[in-house]
Amino acid sequence: MAQDPMLPRRFRVKRVWKELADVATMELDPIDGEAVPFRPGQFNMLYAFGVGEVAISISGDPADSSGLVHTIRNVGAVSGALANVSDGDVIGVRGPFGTAWPVAEETGRNIVFVAGGLGLAPLRPAIYHVLQNRERYSGLTLVYGARSPDDLLFAEELKSWKSRFDTEVEVTVDHAAPGWTGQVGVVTIGLDRMLAGIDKAEVSAFLCGPEIMMRFSVMSLTAAGVPEERIWVSMERNMKCAVGFCGHCQFGPDFVCRDGPVFRHDQVSRLIAKKEV
Amino acid sequence: MTARTGDSFLLDDPGPLIDALHADGWRVIGPRPGDGAIVYDEIETVADLPRGLVDEQEGGHYRLRESGNDRWFDYVVGPQTWKKWLFPPRQKLWSAIRTGDGFDIEAPPVDFPKTAIFGARACEIAAIEVQDRVFDNGDFADAGYSHRRKNTLIVAVQCARSAPTCFCASMNTGPRTEAGFDIALTELEDGGFFVECGSDHGAEVLDRIDRRDADPAAANAARAVTEQAAEMQMRSMPENIAGLLKDSLDHPRWAEVADRCLSCANCTLACPTCFCSDVEDINDLSGDHTERWRVWDSCFSLDFSYIHGGAVRRSTLSRYRQWMTHKLSSWHDQFDTSGCVGCGRCITWCPVGIDITEEVAAFAAEPAEPADAGGLAT
Amino acid sequence: MKIHGFEEILAQHPVFRDCGRDTVDLLSGCARNEHFRAGRTIFSEGDDADKVFLIREGDVAIEISAPQREPLIVETLHTGDVLGWSWLMPPYKHMSDARALDDVRAISLDANCLRTKCGQNPELGYQMYQHFVPHLAVRFRALRMQLLDVYGTRKG
Repeated sequence: MAQDPMLPRRFRVKRVWKELADVATMELDPIDGEAVPFRPGQFNMLYAFGVGEVAISISGDPADSSGLVHTIRNVGAVSGALANVSDGDVIGVRGPFGTAWPVAEETGRNIVFVAGGLGLAPLRPAIYHVLQNRERYSGLTLVYGARSPDDLLFAEELKSWKSRFDTEVEVTVDHAAPGWTGQVGVVTIGLDRMLAGIDKAEVSAFLCGPEIMMRFSVMSLTAAGVPEERIWVSMERNMKCAVGFCGHCQFGPDFVCRDGPVFRHDQVSRLIAKKEV
Repeated sequence: MTARTGDSFLLDDPGPLIDALHADGWRVIGPRPGDGAIVYDEIETVADLPRGLVDEQEGGHYRLRESGNDRWFDYVVGPQTWKKWLFPPRQKLWSAIRTGDGFDIEAPPVDFPKTAIFGARACEIAAIEVQDRVFDNGDFADAGYSHRRKNTLIVAVQCARSAPTCFCASMNTGPRTEAGFDIALTELEDGGFFVECGSDHGAEVLDRIDRRDADPAAANAARAVTEQAAEMQMRSMPENIAGLLKDSLDHPRWAEVADRCLSCANCTLACPTCFCSDVEDINDLSGDHTERWRVWDSCFSLDFSYIHGGAVRRSTLSRYRQWMTHKLSSWHDQFDTSGCVGCGRCITWCPVGIDITEEVAAFAAEPAEPADAGGLAT
Repeated sequence: MKIHGFEEILAQHPVFRDCGRDTVDLLSGCARNEHFRAGRTIFSEGDDADKVFLIREGDVAIEISAPQREPLIVETLHTGDVLGWSWLMPPYKHMSDARALDDVRAISLDANCLRTKCGQNPELGYQMYQHFVPHLAVRFRALRMQLLDVYGTRKG
């Protein structure tokens, strides 16, 4: 990278819209220079003037270079400022950083995506890639869990994916009001059911969501017979610099910003269930 | 006759060397007494050096006192490290101004005059080389650090004495340094200095001063100086501990040391290789002008591992464990070297005297049970 | 049209698939067919837990209501699941409501009949529990995860 990795480039908000009460998606155009291509699973450090930076996964289509897409949930000062931008606002972008979902390396296999909550956003670029190259994979399954029906991210897209004949989609929520006719229960229940019908040796699984959800999903996958070296997770830690200088994102010996955020499960299995690592 | 890399000379005192550095346009940073310790600050003349002073160091203890002789460099390392200058506690990364249409960003030029580090010990040179790998990790290089490093000349001092807290010999980082310097000085037992020329830059400076060629007897005398410094070391770090610590994450010893640790972060501030930093966004009152600064941080602070919802390492135990396993184990995976150079500062400057060599020995004495595979069982 | 005997249907159900033939035959004596149209209540909180249902087809919502709030669906069960566990121990009363979300076909086993047969035939009792408990364990673990509210955001 010729550009100083600590210096943000300016991007303008082309369009921003609310996905959920506290979640917004924005499309960004570069002001300084060209948009940099990204790989699914990578993230940028997004900067809100005078407030600060936060690491946000890219949630758009890697094959579409017309704009940079990010989905942001308001959980603090910086993410709140970013989630509340308006069309035309300027923000800073550093990146893309980090490792990617191995969509190219896992061609030919039955791809199972397991997403929880906002974890669907970092997986969406990989889902797009597999959907657009569907004939190169032997299967595509998505199991997605959220808190309640009001918290389902990308609900319209979920429905359109569900309606495809070459894609299995299971959506489940932790609880619901009567009127919800879908599933209520954790992702592992739906995952176990999906796995029952496919050849586990063919499965490559990509998981993104709360760490607890990913740990339990790994248990379901390995118990069902999916090889551990075919499971990838996206880890999250405190990030300040995203380039390996500040030390904050360390998870054991790994820097989540450089050795992750996408890790093959056997890289993190030693530490992922240990407390306070 | 012009000096060349590898040549050695004799000097009576360091004064002419400092003058030559100034004459060649170098800012000289070196040891001087301050706040009851040896600190690293600008040296105007040789009189600023802490001649005749020596330190007393033990776990949680540091005193500076008159040595009773007029030797120049018998003290060893104090609370400050050269990272104060190469990786400063506060660095401005960039500033930005709000405009009608968004904002403009400006990266400030790195303000660092050519600087001579005067009096770097072997452990400190090793530490600088450790930080070199951090700030150029193969994917990303910090421009500010690279600029400062390129504009730094190192005059090393080979140690004639070790403090009880020194253990560089067992870390293979000292007390003698064979490389990594432009000029190296060894204060001989009978007085005077054995001078080694380590680079072309060093040669240029040495060409400015009157010096005598050194003979083999002087070279042997110089070697003897650092050998006796090595022999007097009282602490040592066991070998091959990276794997030991990696497998000891649930060892009961952590609770024992956590009981004593105040998580005060002194060790990380005093350590010459610790590199963790934070970023601060500072605005003026109008809110139209903002600056982003990089500041020193410590893994001992509770906020360090904060992600939405809470800190990952809430207990002192987890934070002490993080520091020690990073320094002595993870560092190998990350940078192909240990993070520890055996300078002993963490032992001296810990208010409760926690001794990293003693802790490692405790782990080694009672290895943990082989770890199970990451706790996948329900 | 072939009418499947209960033995065959039970033998195909995931919970009893690995039971011996003898066990299945004994159990089928307690069995009846059940059918619930979409929206029908299968049982209500406080009802006698006099049946356990093996869901052959359809989706069931487990609901709990409380004053001042909407009832909450806490779990949905589907084809192959077992509905009802309150029959296993006193006071043998249901602790939640169960409602058919769509057309539900099930086999019910009369709880009294089951408990009596298990009392007379300990081997049967042991087999029942051996096949039933793992199913409960899966649901128990899942419910713990729901309790953790992992998707909930805490502002920070």
